[in-house]
Amino acid sequence: MSFTQNNDRYHRQIILKEFGEIAQQKLLHSKVLVIGAGGLGCPALQYLAAAGIGTIGIIDFDVVSISNLHRQILFSTNDIGKQKATTAASKLAEINPEIQIQAFNFQLTNKNAFELLANYDLVIDGTDNFATRYLINDACVILNKPLVYGAVLRFEGQVGVFNLLDNETQIKTNYRDLFPEPPNPFNALTCNEAGVIGVLPGIIGTMQATEAIKIITGIGKTLCNKIISYNALQNTFYDFEITPVFNSIETFPQNEMDFLNFNYEWFCSSKANIPTISIVDFEELRIKEKITIIDVREMNELPLVNEFDFTTFTLNDLPNLIATIPTENKIVFFCKSGNRSLKAVKLFYEKHPQITAYSLIGGIDAWQQFNNKT
Amino acid sequence: MKIKILVFGQLSEIINTLELEIIEVVNTDDLNKKLNELYPNLKNIKYSLAVNKKIIQENTILNNDDIVALLPPFSGG
Repeated sequence: MSFTQNNDRYHRQIILKEFGEIAQQKLLHSKVLVIGAGGLGCPALQYLAAAGIGTIGIIDFDVVSISNLHRQILFSTNDIGKQKATTAASKLAEINPEIQIQAFNFQLTNKNAFELLANYDLVIDGTDNFATRYLINDACVILNKPLVYGAVLRFEGQVGVFNLLDNETQIKTNYRDLFPEPPNPFNALTCNEAGVIGVLPGIIGTMQATEAIKIITGIGKTLCNKIISYNALQNTFYDFEITPVFNSIETFPQNEMDFLNFNYEWFCSSKANIPTISIVDFEELRIKEKITIIDVREMNELPLVNEFDFTTFTLNDLPNLIATIPTENKIVFFCKSGNRSLKAVKLFYEKHPQITAYSLIGGIDAWQQFNNKT
Repeated sequence: MKIKILVFGQLSEIINTLELEIIEVVNTDDLNKKLNELYPNLKNIKYSLAVNKKIIQENTILNNDDIVALLPPFSGG
């Protein structure tokens, strides 16, 4: 990496008086992990690579599907079916061949989080579910890494910085100071169900990259202990401050051992009071007895499953089709990550309170992880 | 005594507006009670409150012209 090359590539930001060569060097020596190469991750990754972050890590276990393309703009039509993390890495390498990019095609869990995060200076949360968000948050608190948070739904997005000490006030906050407890999964809407306008994660993801750049270089003001909420339909920005909530410390893991033993999926799904079944128990059950397995995802939603027999009743159609579900055996409902299937079980119980039905914790994603399919 | 409420995320589907005014509530517990009476479906949704741009986690006194934001979590990415 020669100095002249760097200066040409980054010249337009280096000449900014607030930025300069020193800031550029800080970026080149920094290591940022982006968790999730989706709607938020794609724009964040593009701008971080372009800006010259020296080492970028990307972790995502998913593959590209067609419904991603309106917002996950690193990917093109030819990429459908390919692993997101490695595909993103090759696009970023074309944008900036001078930096190091590390791609991980597996799911982040509490078993691998510590080892992975330890190699990076800063983490960007580009994930799409509460269980992982709490997991990332807790890992960053224990490992003392700044976390740039972002989240979107429909036309609204949030961005903020957690676990960074404000030098003036000596205060730092984290996700649990904002939302101490996860919502009831029934009210937790995913982009699959609720929708999202494509540009929105583009804006929020880019703001996340902006925060990362400011944290690393020390320029400007960051969203330390603050959240900005943006409404794309109304053109409104609303900012607010977070302060530490002292009783939240009891409810989350304080050290590596607690973290390894904490069940994040259960933590989020247990709020629903709906019978759930773990992957391990599901595997045992389907070998031991004849059960009915129902997929509530959209038709052709990836990943495709060939390893066991099941029927598809998409969640939207379920209310009309519940009477057609066979009830002689126990039923396990599954979806991608375990959220929609909770709703399916709830709907099912309203009609059939006596039949044993479970929602698969962590969904088919967790099942594949368990069976080392990814 | 009146306060302004700003409504975010999926709460705007339940409350049907982005902004409203509430009168005669002295603290945030009172406010939550009043909102649950006016919009019973709110009881199913968890949300955080910010009073004058500061998140609060405990019952907080409200003063005339305070602005309270109702902030549900969202997780999309």
